[in-house]
Amino acid sequence: MNILKHPALSQWQNQFSSTLFWRKQLKQSLLTLSGLLVFVLCWQLASSQIQTSLGQFPGPAQAAAQWSQLVDEYQAEKQREGAFYLRQQERHAAALAEDPTAELTSLPYRARPTFFSQILTSLQTVLTGFVLASLIAIPLGILIGLSSNLYQVFNPLIQLFKPISPLAWLPLVTLIVSSVDLSSAWGSRSFVVSVCTVMLCSLWPTLLNTAVGVSQVPQDLLNVSKVLRLSWWRHLRIIVLPSAVPMIFTGLRLSLGIAWMVLIAAEMLAQNPGLGKFVWDEFQNGSSDSLSRICVAVLVIGLLGFALDRLMLMLQRKVNWDKTAVSR
Amino acid sequence: MQKTHLELTQVGISFPTEKGPFVALQNVNLHIKKGEFVSLIGHSGCGKSTVLNIVAGLHQATAGGVILNHKEVTEPGPERAVVFQNHSLLPWLTVYQNVELAVKQQSDGKKTKAEIRDWVEHNLELVHMSHALDKRPNEISGGMKQRVGIARALAMQPEVLLMDEPFGALDALTRAHLQDSLMEIQAQLNTTVMMITHDVDEAVLLSDRIVMMTNGPAATIGEILTVDLPRPRHRLQLADDPSYNHYRHQVLSFLYEKQRKVEDLGSKRAEKQQSKTQASA
Ligand SMILES: Nc1ncnc2c1ncn2[C@@H]1O[C@H](COP(=O)(O)OP(=O)(O)O)[C@@H](O)[C@H]1O
Ligand SMILES: [Mg+2]
Repeated sequence: MNILKHPALSQWQNQFSSTLFWRKQLKQSLLTLSGLLVFVLCWQLASSQIQTSLGQFPGPAQAAAQWSQLVDEYQAEKQREGAFYLRQQERHAAALAEDPTAELTSLPYRARPTFFSQILTSLQTVLTGFVLASLIAIPLGILIGLSSNLYQVFNPLIQLFKPISPLAWLPLVTLIVSSVDLSSAWGSRSFVVSVCTVMLCSLWPTLLNTAVGVSQVPQDLLNVSKVLRLSWWRHLRIIVLPSAVPMIFTGLRLSLGIAWMVLIAAEMLAQNPGLGKFVWDEFQNGSSDSLSRICVAVLVIGLLGFALDRLMLMLQRKVNWDKTAVSR
Repeated sequence: MQKTHLELTQVGISFPTEKGPFVALQNVNLHIKKGEFVSLIGHSGCGKSTVLNIVAGLHQATAGGVILNHKEVTEPGPERAVVFQNHSLLPWLTVYQNVELAVKQQSDGKKTKAEIRDWVEHNLELVHMSHALDKRPNEISGGMKQRVGIARALAMQPEVLLMDEPFGALDALTRAHLQDSLMEIQAQLNTTVMMITHDVDEAVLLSDRIVMMTNGPAATIGEILTVDLPRPRHRLQLADDPSYNHYRHQVLSFLYEKQRKVEDLGSKRAEKQQSKTQASA
């Protein structure tokens, strides 16, 4: 009997490879942790050296304290909201007890924006802008990629618009939006301005990558399509789109990254009640807590951007046929 | 195997390039009978693929024309299936789906779902690929991919099967295996086959006629060799057959005496050497 095929041995090998796996995991998390530790140490050391007009620059400890304060504020606000509705219910019950036909007026609670509601607003705004941009960029990119003439028409325009900063768009967008009468279905004006700015800035990577992906379908596959005499629509659906999917996703990930960066700037200036406004308000506020609150916001902005990118990556892994093409 | 089926008359093509038109082919005349197996052999770059692509309808001849069943070929058609050099399977479809696409396209809604399924499976059976229906192309070997490419072409029930170096990238064992399968299938279906190869043994073993092409530019047909060996053919028996070796020798002498490319390479190397010394001077 071949000793290498002995069941006990193969079991041992399995165990060995699984410990190898855990070791790798352990090593990776240790490395990640040490990176974080270095960052926190540097932050601590640097912050003790920096004096600002608002006092000492906050270190990690102050930021952590501020974080729990923000959580407390959020919970307090939640409690106030609960209490408000409870009181309203009691009022209604009392009114009905007095007169069963009484007309009841329910008032919605006007919540003060907390840090967490601002995060939610930011996410809503960025996703709206990003989705709108993608809905425009992908179909347009496909059309441009299919025709080399269209590509030559649009390419200079794309190159022209791509590098424009959100800060340059914002005044124009604001003026246009305020000249248009908006129905309430669109939400507040500042929301529309932020969404439009995000859209205008995050359009281009998806547009360009889609066009390039579509125009780079291998000649072999185009020949297959011709030999099979696929109709225009099937050619697009069966050959062109799957072949361009990796490039489209590369564009989408770049776009989402840009959208998130642009959003913060847009919210600061458009006063959209999101993270950007939070940072701006704290900056204007200039209280002793402001700096550490801004530090918390900056970290949260980073974390959310990272999370959005991971989400995109997961989606890409799911949709992409070429599992090896998905990078980190 | 009687009347002319596929007819190339004075076919020529010139490609527009930056340095002016490049005449790749000139005066190509060839008559192929139904059920005939013709191979095209010649040095690389002489224009074999171009001939095949013109017959497939992927290129338009700029002179002369191709007639199939009394009709001029101007575009790809269902009666001409192509097996491409590098299999050209769609990487995002499974083996089954790749063949199914061709069958669906061919049946144009006339086949029921069950009929389509049967026909796809039948053709994959022919090339011995039934075990990998749900695999993606990147999960199977090169030989298997080429088999699927052949199944896809066969599933279209073509009158003419056009193959561009179908076994070029395969190892010798796999190639021998596929050659045998191809001979079997062709005997069974009596399909007309036009195959490009650069393998002399393959050409002699499989063909009824071997079309030998001169070197480009302006390549044309140099000689046509009729291989009069009885079928079915067996590679082992043929190895010692004097007439088999005679045919082999004729092709080899065409390629390496009459259409030497070696000289060409030698002179090119000399040119390169010269330009290098000039550059360094
Ligand atoms: N689309 C094209 N444009 C310009 N030249 C081409 C084109 N297709 C092929 N050629 C040229 O035609 C010649 C024959 O090419 P090809 O048929 O691919 O050769 P083979 O298949 O015999 O190796 C080559 O010199 C090649 O450079
Ligand atoms: Mg070729």
